Amino acid sequence: MALELRSIHKHFGAVRANDGVTLEVQEGELHGVLGENGAGKSTLMKVISGFIEADSGEVHLHGERLALQSPDDAIKAGIGMLHQDPLVFLPLTVLDNFLLGSPGSFRLNRRAGEQALREAADRYGFSFDPGALAQTLTVGERQQLEIARLLWLGARVLILDEPTTGISAAQREKLFEILNRLAEDGMIVLFVSHKLEEIEQLCHRATVMQRGKVVGHVDAPFSSDQLVEMMFGDVVVSEGRPDAALGSTVLELDAVTVSERLTTVEELSLHVAAGEVLGLAGLEGSGQRTFLQACAGLLKPKAGTIRLGDVDLTGRRYRNFLDAGVHYLPAGRLEEGLVAGMSIAEHFELTSGNASFFVDWNGAEAAATRDIEHHFIKGTKESVAESLSGGNQQRLLLAMMPDDVRLLLMEHPTRGLDIESADWVWTQLLARRESGTAIVFASADLDELLRYSDRIAVFFSGNVLRIVDAGTTTPDELGFLIGGKESVP
Amino acid sequence: MNDLVRRLRVPVVSVVLALAATWLLLVVVDAPPLDALWQIWNGSLGRLSKIPDTLIAWVPLTLAAAGLIVTFQAGMWNIGVEGQIVMGAIGAAFVVRELSGPPAVVIVAAFVVGALFGIFWALIPGYLRTRFGVHEIFSGVALVFVASAIAVYLIIGPWSRTGVASTSGTDLFEERYWLPTVGADEYSWLAILVAVAAVVAIAVLMRGTRYGLRLKAVGKNHHSAFLMGIPTNAYMLSAFAMCGALAGIAGTVQALGFHHKLVPSISGNYGFLAILVVLLAGFRALWTAPIALFFAAMLVGSTQLSLRLGIDSSLAGVIQGMLVLFILVVGAWQAQRTRRLARRAETATTAGGG
Ligand SMILES: Nc1ncnc2c1ncn2[C@@H]1O[C@H](COP(=O)(O)OP(=O)(O)OP(=O)(O)O)[C@@H](O)[C@H]1O
Ligand SMILES: [Mg+2]
Repeated sequence: MALELRSIHKHFGAVRANDGVTLEVQEGELHGVLGENGAGKSTLMKVISGFIEADSGEVHLHGERLALQSPDDAIKAGIGMLHQDPLVFLPLTVLDNFLLGSPGSFRLNRRAGEQALREAADRYGFSFDPGALAQTLTVGERQQLEIARLLWLGARVLILDEPTTGISAAQREKLFEILNRLAEDGMIVLFVSHKLEEIEQLCHRATVMQRGKVVGHVDAPFSSDQLVEMMFGDVVVSEGRPDAALGSTVLELDAVTVSERLTTVEELSLHVAAGEVLGLAGLEGSGQRTFLQACAGLLKPKAGTIRLGDVDLTGRRYRNFLDAGVHYLPAGRLEEGLVAGMSIAEHFELTSGNASFFVDWNGAEAAATRDIEHHFIKGTKESVAESLSGGNQQRLLLAMMPDDVRLLLMEHPTRGLDIESADWVWTQLLARRESGTAIVFASADLDELLRYSDRIAVFFSGNVLRIVDAGTTTPDELGFLIGGKESVP
Repeated sequence: MNDLVRRLRVPVVSVVLALAATWLLLVVVDAPPLDALWQIWNGSLGRLSKIPDTLIAWVPLTLAAAGLIVTFQAGMWNIGVEGQIVMGAIGAAFVVRELSGPPAVVIVAAFVVGALFGIFWALIPGYLRTRFGVHEIFSGVALVFVASAIAVYLIIGPWSRTGVASTSGTDLFEERYWLPTVGADEYSWLAILVAVAAVVAIAVLMRGTRYGLRLKAVGKNHHSAFLMGIPTNAYMLSAFAMCGALAGIAGTVQALGFHHKLVPSISGNYGFLAILVVLLAGFRALWTAPIALFFAAMLVGSTQLSLRLGIDSSLAGVIQGMLVLFILVVGAWQAQRTRRLARRAETATTAGGG
């Protein structure tokens, strides 16, 4: 008897985010939670960790019924949730951050805190230095710090909602090691992910959710086909990029030097043809974003030229790039794409290209309802952007894209999307490619890069280390290049 | 229906609380509360003869509030609206002093120039904000002082009354350039018409047009709006310009319709008060008109207090300030409550306002 959920219900208006979820997880179990976008995984995790209160249902831990009204209640009961991008106070040291959420009295006990931190670090192999400034930590190390803090607060249940988006493969291995060791110590771990191979590698058991309900539980070893079928019914995941004839050059960079804060891309020459898909690989912050922003006209190059077709756009304004058919979709959906506080209908109207002085709201709402159906967005025309699940925010962004895009620039096009949605997104993108759109996308997912790109440019500390042919390279070679090594040893 | 109740809850609870606090205050200063409130009512809207006085305060307050709706929609605090009213009055005064011709032409010209002066004064903080990132609150406050200084300089300097230089104002404008009134009424139908038209126009502009929609996007997320291809700087500047124009018109009304001359305090604090009006209206254009009327009534009615009851008329200011405080507190409380309710999901958190 360990963690037990009984008939959890949680509705948001008409949406049944959790519709009678019952689940049991034993001590020492690494339990995966799977499901399509909007299935209700995050909602369930938030209920268990006290961030939202369920309408009805019970949470039991070790046979005792918990009253969870706040994250504080949850952590006191021994349930801690790791956030995707853990909140840390950057100018403080690791130890200070650790102590900030410390239990007990008003007086800080630095010595005890440091001791606890070091013990946890030794036991679980955390790689950070307690005296270092938090801002020097990678996202992966911040997660470790947060785990250490939750442990110190007495967590016996650890919840991770899509923890592997935005961390490197090496950091992911490290995280898995830590989670395995925690499970050996009797910890209950709930692990939400869209990546089947992660669930297969890590978890002992998994629960599949669909539309707020539990479809079923599966024990390891898992079969991917079975999981996919449980999630979506029968789906055939497409084989990736069909060969398409390349057209004339759409994007041409000649010795472009551009810098943004700490990253400088130097003397980059590159061209992308109509109908071509260029993948950008590399660790986060190696220059991919800087490059994309230069191509979008958001950063002005210090030297070199950028041409779109026959037009020299060097030093021109973002507006000119837009008019030339460039479309940029950055990674931060709610920060640089959607507008929190505005509805889906308003978003569609904003990007409709209509120019009439008065907005025909009846027409706009009808169109929005159609678009929502057409793009399978889970939401209504009145839903505000921030109420959509991550995957549905991405669908909305894609749905807002104009038809006549010549060059599409994207960061992490399928981050946070379930397999079916990711596949759907790529079906849409490849259809655009058929009609001659050139696509440049950055991704941290090697599979995605290999599957959909024609060529892959590997960035390392601001430079393109090499451009490889996606058809002939291997994941290993790509991994080494990303790490800055020119050849496989 | 339910929605209306939810919307009205904050203002109603706030007003009740503010009245209760005022009551307490009156008891403390040993004044009869009921009598005081009666005097305020009687001195403003309760008596036919006092209604024009109330409208005199209502018009500039409403015009400035309508303008502020636009800058708030663009996500900005145009605190400098007070100075923009002063500049509008200066522009209008310039026209009626320097120009002569048929009254209709001169008055229209005064409105146009007043609006232009207001626009100019509003574009300064707008430019500083969009070009250099200077926060509009700081530049706005500074420019209020500069505008007042210019008015005082004109009044005691170039435009001083023949013979005497005093801060009591310039010479009266020629009477034919005063705003037209009906019969013996002291107040101009034209000014009221302008204010009503402004509120309606702004309400339509903000809710029914593409401009309003885009401005909302700019105000809520400047960065996303820019990426969508909206020229955010131009939109922010246009919001400042529109607010400045309405403030300038308010100044023109003050000069041509009420004081009939330029005085140092020509803006009458209506700009600052208008900020409170808009906060109280929850940034909804149509609500500014009745709320401004309430403010105007308090303002005008409370002058009766000193006359009849010997209480300082600053009481009106105290009540207005308390109202806004209560609105903010009750609003925050309501937001917290909604959040709590949403967590229990007795109500949907989706959509809501708009
Ligand atoms: N605060 C909210 N207000 C209204 N609806 C919400 C809110 N939070 C979630 N929802 C809705 O509840 C449903 C479940 O959302 P949830 O975030 O739990 O999905 P998810 O399984 O985590 O999806 P994803 O894989 O995309 O992260 C979605 O339809 C979502 O739009
Ligand atoms: Mg989620």
